[in-house]
Amino acid sequence: MDKVMSNKWIIGLYILPAFLLISIFIFIPLLLSGYYGLMDWDGIGAMKYIGMENYFNAIQDGLFWESALHSFLLALFSTVSLIAYLAISLVLASKIKGSNLLRKIYLIPMLLSSVAIAQLWIKVFHPSNGILNSMLALVGVENPPAWLAEPTVVLYAIFIPILWQYAGFYILIYYAALKNIPESIVEAARIDGATPLQIAYRIKLPLIMGVVKVTIVLAVVGSLKYFDLIYVMTGGGPNGASEVMASYMYKLAFSSNDFGYGSAIGFLLLLITLIVTVIIRKVTASKEELQY
Amino acid sequence: MSKKKAVTIFFAVISSLLLISGCSGSDDVSGSDGKTIEFMHLWPEGSSKQHNEIVQDIVADFEAENPDVKVKLEVMSNEQYKDKIKVLSTSNELPDVGMTWAAGYLEPYVEGEKFAPLDDVLEGDLKDSFVSGIPEAYAIDGSTYGLPLELNVASIFYNKKIFEENGLEVPKTYEEFQDVVKTLSENGVAPIALGNKDRWTGSLWYMYFADRIGGGDALTNAISGSGSFKDPALVSAAEEVQNMVDMDAFVKGFNGLSDEEAKSMFMNEQAAMYLIATWDLPNYTTNEDVLQEFRDSVGYFPFPTVDGKGDMSSYVGGPGVGLFVAEDSDVKEEAKEFVSFFVQEWGKKSVTEAGVIPATKVDAASLDLPKMYVDVLDDLNNASNITLFADVQMSADVAQVHLDMIQSLFGKEVTPEEFAEKHEAALSK
Repeated sequence: MDKVMSNKWIIGLYILPAFLLISIFIFIPLLLSGYYGLMDWDGIGAMKYIGMENYFNAIQDGLFWESALHSFLLALFSTVSLIAYLAISLVLASKIKGSNLLRKIYLIPMLLSSVAIAQLWIKVFHPSNGILNSMLALVGVENPPAWLAEPTVVLYAIFIPILWQYAGFYILIYYAALKNIPESIVEAARIDGATPLQIAYRIKLPLIMGVVKVTIVLAVVGSLKYFDLIYVMTGGGPNGASEVMASYMYKLAFSSNDFGYGSAIGFLLLLITLIVTVIIRKVTASKEELQY
Repeated sequence: MSKKKAVTIFFAVISSLLLISGCSGSDDVSGSDGKTIEFMHLWPEGSSKQHNEIVQDIVADFEAENPDVKVKLEVMSNEQYKDKIKVLSTSNELPDVGMTWAAGYLEPYVEGEKFAPLDDVLEGDLKDSFVSGIPEAYAIDGSTYGLPLELNVASIFYNKKIFEENGLEVPKTYEEFQDVVKTLSENGVAPIALGNKDRWTGSLWYMYFADRIGGGDALTNAISGSGSFKDPALVSAAEEVQNMVDMDAFVKGFNGLSDEEAKSMFMNEQAAMYLIATWDLPNYTTNEDVLQEFRDSVGYFPFPTVDGKGDMSSYVGGPGVGLFVAEDSDVKEEAKEFVSFFVQEWGKKSVTEAGVIPATKVDAASLDLPKMYVDVLDDLNNASNITLFADVQMSADVAQVHLDMIQSLFGKEVTPEEFAEKHEAALSK
């Protein structure tokens, strides 16, 4: 078998089916959308080649950068909340009562579809009948904001369900990584007199650093291309206050009938995500990975 | 041994390649000589049960009359439908018959030569059966590309019970209307349900102010370019919208509520009034799922005059969906026949079975219809003007600007002057 695996032809053959599938369903559409970005096209009639005009327009488009800012804010919030998820996992992975049940509770949002989550939180945020404002009224808040209607609040209001939705996913990853740390290492530290906090910070965290880096990439990339909850809950409104790059692209291509421009934005979204990923990998790369 | 493995791997790869290539080709298996019309519509059983059943009936009747023709149905909800049609037309795979909206929506499809002209159908069996002026909304450069199914006009529906409890009467003028709003909000009742997340809902209010202040043509002229959104009448229409917002006329957080949510607030008697078009009539007349008691307590009145100006028999509305036939359909003749058949049957059945107002003429006297329905029909017959929904009149990209601006106007993020300027800028592009 070793002989087989060292044969370049065989390796090539192994890769071929997956490569073909990925080409057909990912690379070719990617290139096509970059190509459509060069067109003046409403998505229905004839295409007209206009060179880089759409790309230049996009770079000068204030609304695009505003939506990009929103996407980056989401990425920032998601990354910061990783700390909270990590803390929760550290607690869950230590032997506390009911950690099993808690873990399941954190996982529930992951099992729901985005649309169901959106519907749920639309009800929570309802300005007069929603549970949130009803509770605020109970504790004496006179004029609670209409969460999804006020341009200054809506973006942050919408972040909450998104972070809630993915909490279980990251907690699960961290939990699995933490469970993989051999008990003997932790035990040794304990015998040396390390406090639980020291153990967490000095022993466990460095040992799962590889996983943490992966989750940072996942959180940032996932945030930059995030779409579904925002589309269902606000449609990017009011007046673009909660627009992100992906929803802006969708709006241009499918609502404004500007397929060429939408494709250009989509391609830019890809480039931005790629660049950011490379930067993160560079920044978080370390020469030596800790091993146990 | 390794050679054997290599051979198996080779065959595995080859077979997976065959699998992939098998995905394309060999998918047109439509009966031997019978013809199939593909028909896509947007009334799923879940959300539009009555509509859906009528379609099924009509299709069954059509198949019975034309034994060699089969109709293949595909059903999708509204937003999904819009997306899918777009993707299908991009790849030249439109269904033979489908649904479209009028004017601005239709334009790119006609320019891209995706829809077939239906003038021959309109001049044939269907001559004189439409309410006059309605198919024109589907005409571009003198040819008609869609046959309308519905006719809608917007009116203010109100809760009689709430009005009575607060000692209010149906307003005729804007002053009276403002008094109604004031009294209601002083008594702690939300005056008007509005779901402006959908934006066209707010557009209705703006359009009515524009109509009452500037007359029936002001807005249409501004959109077509022969007038301007900077017309003082249109600017003051935008001002009145903001005055209403200042008066707390609309439910809290309207810019984040969908039309569905606003509707449920009205139907749960949490708000006294609701401006919506006649497609909602069944909810207040025939829909058995709505409490009889509530249905009895709903009335409607036309939008009041402003400063005594504007004609109260002038409406905002227009045709809803219409049917198109795809230009490159293989069964164009049959499809046209089907469309003609469908429109006529729909005209008969939609009135009695769904309680919606069709685009074809209705003989109200011969049918047993709810009173509100008859009243609305009377209004329609006496309408002096129907202004087509602004976002339907506009081309898609301008419509997006209009809708976004409507949301900003209601949210007081723009002044009426900026509102006008943004429209002009979008229209001049």
